[in-house]
Amino acid sequence: MDWSLVWKAAVALSGFGLLLGAVLAVASKRFHVEVDPRVEEILDALPGSNCDACGLPGCEAAAEAVAKEEVPVTVCKAGGPDVAAEVARIMGVEVESLVPLVAHIHCRGGKSLSPLRALYQGVNSCRAAEAAMGGGKACPFGCIGLEDCAKVCPVSAITFDEEGIRRVNVRKCTGCGLCADVCPRDLIEMVPAGAGVFVRCKSRYTGKKALNACKVACIGCKRCEKICPADAIHVMGGYAVIDYEKCTSCGDCAEECPTDSIQLWVDLEGHPEGGEFVLPEKKKS
Amino acid sequence: MNEAWRFFLLFFGAAVVANILLIRFIALCPFFGVSNSLDTSLGMSISVIFVMVMATSVSWIAWNYVLQPLGVGEFLYIPAFILVIASLVQFVEMVIKKTSPPLYRAMGIYLPLITTNCAVLAAATESVKPGFFTKLNIPYNYGFVESVIYTLGVAVGFSLVLIIFAALRERLELAPIPKFFRGVPIAFITAALFSLAFMGFAGMFNL
Repeated sequence: MDWSLVWKAAVALSGFGLLLGAVLAVASKRFHVEVDPRVEEILDALPGSNCDACGLPGCEAAAEAVAKEEVPVTVCKAGGPDVAAEVARIMGVEVESLVPLVAHIHCRGGKSLSPLRALYQGVNSCRAAEAAMGGGKACPFGCIGLEDCAKVCPVSAITFDEEGIRRVNVRKCTGCGLCADVCPRDLIEMVPAGAGVFVRCKSRYTGKKALNACKVACIGCKRCEKICPADAIHVMGGYAVIDYEKCTSCGDCAEECPTDSIQLWVDLEGHPEGGEFVLPEKKKS
Repeated sequence: MNEAWRFFLLFFGAAVVANILLIRFIALCPFFGVSNSLDTSLGMSISVIFVMVMATSVSWIAWNYVLQPLGVGEFLYIPAFILVIASLVQFVEMVIKKTSPPLYRAMGIYLPLITTNCAVLAAATESVKPGFFTKLNIPYNYGFVESVIYTLGVAVGFSLVLIIFAALRERLELAPIPKFFRGVPIAFITAALFSLAFMGFAGMFNL
């Protein structure tokens, strides 16, 4: 065995190592870029899953943007109020309102309630179906049901039952709002968690026309508007809309609604979706 | 065979005939990892071209002026090249971060990835070590210029395939693919067909 090779190899590699190490050490001083120390701290506070729900490419970009005050401290939707509070502490600011939002889908017309008028066989996406004559459902305002919202949800909180009725798991929903952005019919609204009454329809048709498209459509009769003690529900553009800043969740409108399009939400401990929609007992029937 | 034609053959052979991704199956991880969208694959391609050419240049110098004269190149080239390339990429990253933040944002996230990319090491190795290169039937005298042209060919071939593949995969997203084939499985099948298509270049210009 030629021992000279051993020391030559050792000299060559350690020479390389020392030289390159020295070059890098000098370069790191020479080319040092000041980094905001808060970026590191914020990055530690963020969940680190790089879900992109904030619209920035990854948690690192989000941390940098927060440190530069380009985006608010509540930028991380997936992290929720806890992360927002932590980031706010690092940035030294107060967070105003931290009522968590939950996605709600304004349509309950499943297969048996809203008949099919055509068979859609195109690209498996609500946005594509909307472009191609609005898919197959009779109601042109209702949920198309091709699951664009479920696909985009980073926490898999949106599920579908056999009726094609969309359900949002309120325990899982982080309120990021990605589904609301993606829905081509604008059916998803971010409502404050704890809201108890929902108008589950956004049909701009009124009266019989609305009922022909779907058995549980809002027909725009304004009976809810008249009975509401808090002036929180109004018919606008053919359907009722609840103002959750005023709504007291009394449920009078749901009792009054002739087509059952207004329902109550009951939080249930241990329920897989966190609760379910129920109809109130009707006074007259 | 004149000089320019030989250079062209060297480039073409490295880029297309013996494509690093589709014919030799080196660097498959970035091939599937960053081919989800056209934007990331473009960024990755530019970074790969940039890093590969530089890595080969310094490896060539290290091989010809240090490793070969000492007679230790034969068994030391892999650790030595990894050391040199890794340091080089770190160095370049620092320089770019300081001198050109926009370029850093465009390339920055890919640079650390490329540090340990096998395609970079393969190109650096092939351009200095005879033996690897005999698969391509070209007279080759291992000069600095040839090394760089060869590496440029490898990098351009990598970019070409990566970008085409990313465009394919973007279209596949909308295609009606059976549920169990969606995502990576269909990407592998597409890559295999793609590779078969590239086999058609074999023997072009007697390469």
